[in-house]
Amino acid sequence: MDKAEIMSAEDLDRTYRRFAHQFIEPHDHPQSLAIVGMQTRGVHIGKRIQQLIKEEFDYEIDFGVLDVTFYRDDFRSKLKMPHVQVTEIPFDLYERNIVLVDDVLYTGRTVRSAMDALMSYGRPATIKFCCMVDRGHRELPVAADYVGITLPTHVKEEVRVKVNELDGEDAIYVVQQHEETS
Amino acid sequence: MAEQQNKSYEFSHKHLLGLADYSVQDILYVLDQAKNFREILDRPVPKVPTLRDKTVVNLFYENSTRTRLSFELAQKRMGADVVNFSASSSSVKKGESLKDTIQNISSMKIDMVVVRHESPGVPHFLTRVVDAAIINAGDGAHEHPTQALLDMFTMQQLYPDLSGKNIAIIGDISHSRVVRSNINGLRKLGANVVVCGPKTFMPVDVKSLDVDVSYDLEETLGWCDIAMALRIQLERQDEGTELFPSIREYHQQFGITRKHLAKYPDFTIMHPGPVNRGVEMESEVADSDRSIILSQVTNGVAVRMAILYLLSGGTRI
Repeated sequence: MDKAEIMSAEDLDRTYRRFAHQFIEPHDHPQSLAIVGMQTRGVHIGKRIQQLIKEEFDYEIDFGVLDVTFYRDDFRSKLKMPHVQVTEIPFDLYERNIVLVDDVLYTGRTVRSAMDALMSYGRPATIKFCCMVDRGHRELPVAADYVGITLPTHVKEEVRVKVNELDGEDAIYVVQQHEETS
Repeated sequence: MAEQQNKSYEFSHKHLLGLADYSVQDILYVLDQAKNFREILDRPVPKVPTLRDKTVVNLFYENSTRTRLSFELAQKRMGADVVNFSASSSSVKKGESLKDTIQNISSMKIDMVVVRHESPGVPHFLTRVVDAAIINAGDGAHEHPTQALLDMFTMQQLYPDLSGKNIAIIGDISHSRVVRSNINGLRKLGANVVVCGPKTFMPVDVKSLDVDVSYDLEETLGWCDIAMALRIQLERQDEGTELFPSIREYHQQFGITRKHLAKYPDFTIMHPGPVNRGVEMESEVADSDRSIILSQVTNGVAVRMAILYLLSGGTRI
């Protein structure tokens, strides 16, 4: 299994900071902004950005956690039912400007599910999407508004976004899958 | 929680026939998953499309309000198509057998069957005649697993770890499927269980149940963290087959009163419903802030959603 580092902890830190500025930029009233992190790694990425906005601009941005399992269209293609994780949206979405955060944008099916899920909590004014890696191979007509890195990949490659909170390091790797690919 | 302890764990049941078949890990996994389903019920739009490709039949050969409504709500919250069947308004009245009924329903492409029947073992029988996931919603005096799961889920809201907790089950032990499922589940989670009631309400094989027996309500209430009263099945109190002299006498000996609440300040009240007010407990006890009977009902929907989800299968049938 070949593994190549695409971004280091230092690179990622700069990207997190860029996101913090970009999230705030279009809003006259940053309080209308809210970040929703998608389980699992999107939650940690989103929290980092929330923290940086607090440090740099002194704005408390509302934060929610979303698990999209219930809305997925592909979960039955696997044999076992996927584990359902916590969803917690502790604020009213009505007329808010939401930024959804995930680690990797691939087929676009997850973010489609996430939009469906958000709508069952209320009617946001806008939804934007932020991902650390856009690896291509879209199957649905969606695009990210904020992208960490655009990375053309092969389908057999796997993109791994590591976050310190879960993995003990901040980094992005591309892993070549050999024969054992599922 | 459970899945973090053991990453390799996978829930692999096709049916829910009784908690006797489920391991500690299975039970903890269902309860853990149910927490995430509970949240759906508080959303402005409390509905998810997860089971929209599934059809569920609720096959009720016995009357039920709570369980049936709870299952139906759980199914609809998950987006499943629901067909209801009750014996009193069907061809069963024309003499159709259980096997014929289920095979006919099954040939209409059903994915899951929720069944309640007065005979123990009917859910097991159905697993042999149809190729659908079977969920036992009560079979005779055998098991009522979803009730026990929702009871344990509600207990966990008070005590996240039930091991070493003292649970008393009070009332008609011998006719109760709720007891059997609860004992199976609670003992696996390491809780101590005492069954309490008049001798006529104790099953003859009570010693084989792996619980302690008490005939003294005061002693039991002083001991327990949670007291679960069971419904006295008044329909069994027919002329000539009475199991206790009178309802008033039962209430005097085994009914939970305000005096008990004052004397023993630590225990919490549960009841699977429907409550006979003034029999198992005084009306004020059922409505007191020590009672979590209504949380049981809310949690019931979440627990049933989790079960429907987990048994709905990964591959299309």
